[in-house]
Amino acid sequence: MNIWLVMFLGGALTFGMRMSFIYLFGRFEIPAMVKRALRFVPPAVLSALIAPALFMPNNTFDFSLNNYRLMAGVVAILVGWRTKNTLLTILSGMAALLILMWLAKTV
Amino acid sequence: MKSFWAGVRAESPLLIGVFPFGLIYGALAIGAGISPAAAQMMSSIVFAGSAQFIAAQLIRESAPGLVIVLTIAVVNLRHMLYSASVAPYIEHLPARWKTVLAYLLTDEAYAATIIHYEEEGFTPTGHWFFFGAGLALWTTWQVSSALGIFLGAALPSSWPLDFAIPITFIAMVMPVLKDKPIVAAAVSAGTVALLAYSLPFKLGLILAALVGIFTGTYLENRE
Repeated sequence: MNIWLVMFLGGALTFGMRMSFIYLFGRFEIPAMVKRALRFVPPAVLSALIAPALFMPNNTFDFSLNNYRLMAGVVAILVGWRTKNTLLTILSGMAALLILMWLAKTV
Repeated sequence: MKSFWAGVRAESPLLIGVFPFGLIYGALAIGAGISPAAAQMMSSIVFAGSAQFIAAQLIRESAPGLVIVLTIAVVNLRHMLYSASVAPYIEHLPARWKTVLAYLLTDEAYAATIIHYEEEGFTPTGHWFFFGAGLALWTTWQVSSALGIFLGAALPSSWPLDFAIPITFIAMVMPVLKDKPIVAAAVSAGTVALLAYSLPFKLGLILAALVGIFTGTYLENRE
């Protein structure tokens, strides 16, 4: 599928969901069960994207110290856990990867 | 007009957090191989931060379009809750106002607007506040995406810019891991994503997300 088509469909669906209850007001209620399940959506989807990016950098499982992306990811997870600071987490993870790559080149 | 500027002011502290995200989005969309024009248009067509990051990652991995669209939809499901929550306050407005406000209904615009509505209740100019908050966020997102796209094109290609995506996801997930069910949702989704990685059409991602959501809901119900 063309990237523009993906964007238009994704955008139309997003707008549709933002418009949904504004348009339907008074005619429909969200079931309580669905409301409760919704808070698990972001951590589930994001973790499902994080794990392969860290453990399978070249499409094969790599659980070793030579997997710099995993190492840098662990740094970011620790910083994120301790500080809860989004920007600091991103910067520490990126810095860790750049430093590891730079060390690997110079050694 | 007074309400409009009150909305802009209420939104401004949130904009400080949004700006760097827009920069990072722009830069990594370029790193994911998306053209500058498409990367910028995504910020106004999809106009949803985390969904745009996810779309960029999936485009980089050349996931099928349908899976990308489905993932954007699942990630943005929460907007239906926002929609339900603001609906009673803008019920009286004509359709063109509802359309504009629905388009501007992002996480950050919702956060500022719902606080205002809950404090003030229904006011005749409340929708101008909503509009001010939404438009302030929209403008910030467009400008910061554009700067990020410019920056992304300028960085040397040897930089592992694509790694900014999973790192950003980590930064988004860590602050919400506050109780056991939500940690279990994250861990189970991550594990299934690895086990099901070889499934065709990136279906492993959808499966992993569903297992995570189910695990979290199940544990919460048992507590």
